[in-house]
Amino acid sequence: MNKDEVPQDKKIIHGEDNSIVKMLYVTDKDGRYGTTQYTGWDAENLALTQAWEDIDEKIETTRQKVLQGELSPIAYYMQKNLMDLPTLAGYVGFWKFRVKKHLQPAAFKKLSDTKLARYASVFNISVDELRHFRLPA
Amino acid sequence: MIIDNFHHRQSAHCESGVTLSLLNHYGVALTEPLVFGIGAGLFFGHLPFVKVNGIPGTTFRIWPGYIFKRVTKELGVTIKTASFSSPDKAMLALDEALQQKQPVGMQTSVFFLDYFPPAWRFHFNAHNLIAFGKEGDEYLISDPVMQTATRLRGDDLSKARFAKGFPAPNGKMYFPVRTGDGKPLDKAVISGIRKTCWFMLKSPPPFFGHNGIRFLGKKVAGYPEKMEPRKAALCIGNIIRMQEEIGTGGGGFRFLYAAFLQEAAGILKRDELTGLSHTMTCIGDDWRNFAYAAARVMKDRSGNLATYRELGDMLRQIADKEKDFFTGLRKTV
Repeated sequence: MNKDEVPQDKKIIHGEDNSIVKMLYVTDKDGRYGTTQYTGWDAENLALTQAWEDIDEKIETTRQKVLQGELSPIAYYMQKNLMDLPTLAGYVGFWKFRVKKHLQPAAFKKLSDTKLARYASVFNISVDELRHFRLPA
Repeated sequence: MIIDNFHHRQSAHCESGVTLSLLNHYGVALTEPLVFGIGAGLFFGHLPFVKVNGIPGTTFRIWPGYIFKRVTKELGVTIKTASFSSPDKAMLALDEALQQKQPVGMQTSVFFLDYFPPAWRFHFNAHNLIAFGKEGDEYLISDPVMQTATRLRGDDLSKARFAKGFPAPNGKMYFPVRTGDGKPLDKAVISGIRKTCWFMLKSPPPFFGHNGIRFLGKKVAGYPEKMEPRKAALCIGNIIRMQEEIGTGGGGFRFLYAAFLQEAAGILKRDELTGLSHTMTCIGDDWRNFAYAAARVMKDRSGNLATYRELGDMLRQIADKEKDFFTGLRKTV
């Protein structure tokens, strides 16, 4: 790519500028390589925007399910923290099948305070917030 | 405590950047393209069964840690590497190394690095950065992706070093302890080129090397038949991000490699490498065109079969070009 062709498209996500000024390897008019800085490119910005739209939608769907009593608040905070089951299991230090069970409201209600505290600290919230799920959008 | 003769420099890619800065600090003069080329960093792999959030994985580079290991081995630099069983031990070892004026490279997650804009902070655990000082509870961080040196709170660094999930860093840290008698630069350059040719030409089909690109082309062409338009769009979006967004120097590392070949031409005094560098630039441009076309297909979201077939064809053409390219490159060294 020639230095003159470098795009400078800002990465606007969630209405805010999320650009990182990165380095790109480019050629000058004599074909010599050098580096230049750039803020982003529409093609990649669009891909990241799309990925976030998908994440946001998943979070919202999970939130609705928690409110309707189909899933436990742990499911919501897992999504909110961009974790999947193996990642969350790693952080709380429980087996995957246990965590999977804790995503069910019935098993969640029976959780001890110590176990809840482990989840709460991973999610960076209080035990109270985790137990009494009352989320703004 | 600051190691004041340490110099932050921005790089395109985190691992080659960390390798470069650490080696420069110990007087080994290199450039990022040389690190990337000697480290045989260029690669291609598409693994449909390795999924992140249901999206198949694509990579344009060799596996994490390989570049650093290879460059230091080739140039005869002895490295001290350590992993830890607890965050406390890991942070203590870091402080001790900094006390001895050693800049320290570390493997971390991106999720806890608050100097990144929020939209970048995923649970990606193969990031690399350097600590080169500590003031109060804050560490001075040289993150090669960033324009300037930055700071990070101790508890965030500790969390980032002990991120869970794959690949778990386990507090991994590393720094050079001795520079010594490795291969001379020209030999290391040739050996790096040969290794990359081997990776791209001889890796087992169908997932890796030029075969992997062709394989991805076939998969992409079939996406609309196999999944919903929305999922298909997310899959090609992921390819674009791996290729452009995550610090590749553009065109899925192809421009960085072309820059390496141009430097190699000077070091080895081989003019034909200048020509090959130019060809690699053209292949990088092809990858950029692919990303541009893919973004349009993604935006359209109709799941139109014909447009996905066109993307598949573009990839197959790139596969042929890379096969010819590396066959030619192998013959020159």
